[in-house]
Amino acid sequence: MSTEFAIGFLPLVDAALPILAHEHGFAAAEGLRLRLVRDVSWATVLDRLLYGHTDAAHMVAPLAIATTLGRGRPAQPLAVPFVLGLNGNAITLRPDLAALVTPDGALGDPARVGTALRAIALQRKAAGDPLRFGVVHRYSSHNYMLRYWLAACGIRPDEDVRITTVPPPYCADALEAGEIDGMCVGEPWNSVAVERGVGVIVLATAQVWQRGVEKVLAMRSSVLDTRRDEVEALIRALHRAGQHFIDEGALDDNAAILARPEYLGADPALIRRAITDRLLLRREGTLVHYPDFMFQHREAANFPWVSQAEWLYTQMVRWDGGTHDADAAARAAGVFRPDVYRNALRGSDASLPAASSKVEGSVQKPTPVAATQGSITLHSNSFFDGRIFDPDNLSAYIAQDMYAK
Amino acid sequence: MRVAIIDESAVRASVMQDGLTELDDCEIFVIPDRRGLVRRIAEIDPDIVLMDLGNPSRDVLEEYFAVSRALARPIAMFVDDSDQESIGASIDAGVSAYVVDGFAPHRIRSILDLAIRRFHAFSRLQNDLADARGKLAERESVDAAKRILMQTRRLSEPDAYAELRKTAMNQGKRIADIAEAVVTAHKLMGGAA
Repeated sequence: MSTEFAIGFLPLVDAALPILAHEHGFAAAEGLRLRLVRDVSWATVLDRLLYGHTDAAHMVAPLAIATTLGRGRPAQPLAVPFVLGLNGNAITLRPDLAALVTPDGALGDPARVGTALRAIALQRKAAGDPLRFGVVHRYSSHNYMLRYWLAACGIRPDEDVRITTVPPPYCADALEAGEIDGMCVGEPWNSVAVERGVGVIVLATAQVWQRGVEKVLAMRSSVLDTRRDEVEALIRALHRAGQHFIDEGALDDNAAILARPEYLGADPALIRRAITDRLLLRREGTLVHYPDFMFQHREAANFPWVSQAEWLYTQMVRWDGGTHDADAAARAAGVFRPDVYRNALRGSDASLPAASSKVEGSVQKPTPVAATQGSITLHSNSFFDGRIFDPDNLSAYIAQDMYAK
Repeated sequence: MRVAIIDESAVRASVMQDGLTELDDCEIFVIPDRRGLVRRIAEIDPDIVLMDLGNPSRDVLEEYFAVSRALARPIAMFVDDSDQESIGASIDAGVSAYVVDGFAPHRIRSILDLAIRRFHAFSRLQNDLADARGKLAERESVDAAKRILMQTRRLSEPDAYAELRKTAMNQGKRIADIAEAVVTAHKLMGGAA
């Protein structure tokens, strides 16, 4: 007997795992029938999830936390038992602006690019025409990564530049029309702008935080409670899809599946680039291989580290202008459910970390970590400015941010 | 009362507009273009905003409401969250509604109900249109299949049709499906459709 699970998604490369779990029969093997529901705004993905059109959704991680905390609308508790991927976004600037801040033909150094950009940002601000950046959603990792980088380079995101929401399909148009000077968006949308010659990729967000949490599988807490066995079956299917995602022999096939009109409706060549960590930084350039670009499986990328939810919470406090309170921090931390992930994959070939939190940004070199099953080696997960987020010192971290803002 | 309709589909916007003019005290503004959306909304200063769920700019609008309107007049999707049934109905219909907080609830209810009915009416229109297009395409392939049979097997038109119908009945399929198969096979064998 198979039960249906409806999963909402936005046409982005990192919606790959649910799509592949469906297409390759991993879900069916777990007794689940997936129905994928494509939308074009996070608002609609969220509405369908909250009003039961879908059972789970591909979602920007901060939005799952914002929804639980009631930011922007009445609070509704969401649960995240599986992370769909780390990073995979880039910062793309208008070609003339990029030429002033970045070396030719390579990804820049985030601090150097930021320093060069700061001089221009301050000139533009003084001239009454501040630089404008587009991000895909207020509660997105894109917004937080862009702001983290700008702020650490001495560009105050709310004072020195303007940051607004631009839907991904409109990003290239907005760059071309001069509505924005730069953007932080996922693939394939940076590459679309590059192909059209209206943008140059200057940084990957993995250069800002090497292992930053990106999209998650979110569901209403009540769905997790009442359909626990099916949710665990779904996690196993997504885990299998992750293994398949990194299988070299499957790359062409997977790119072709994701490219179909009912999924991304995009050029399979651009999708193939992204899923093999390759970027064409500028039109007429050469492909750059940046192995840290996106993680959908390796290094226990799908494990919902509570410390990642807590880091997102610190950024929400930082940029929403609210005050930190311990109760909200605890509710934010509770959105990520490593217990469910572990339970689903116990006895499988998946490696399971022994801890549920880690000190984010503290790993500098390949480091084996304790595992209750299998073995895990974490690689460098630094923030570009060398800061470290220790969830045990969450209040101190937030206080530092307030000072640095 | 000022109602803004954001819709890139001119037809649907006018279906909505027609419906809402039934209500006497409504002033309606249609915003068809995504460019300058936020500026237009600020100029119109609406009491209610209606927008279809398939519009990518929903995230832009929500950000605007969250940031710019937070202190002035809060505006949120639907008036309060007690009216789950209404919210569910509008999401089923594919329309989102943003309402200025504190606005007369019964007035909102009537506008929302109307918007939902109009959205459903529009979907029906679209389905009818798709049906009609489908039927036309089917008739074309039946005609093409008949021509192929008439040429290759030297049948009369009624006999060609009878042949298609008989095959369809024997295989438990629709005539259009058999006709489609004949046309495809003919093309594969190098014939002109």
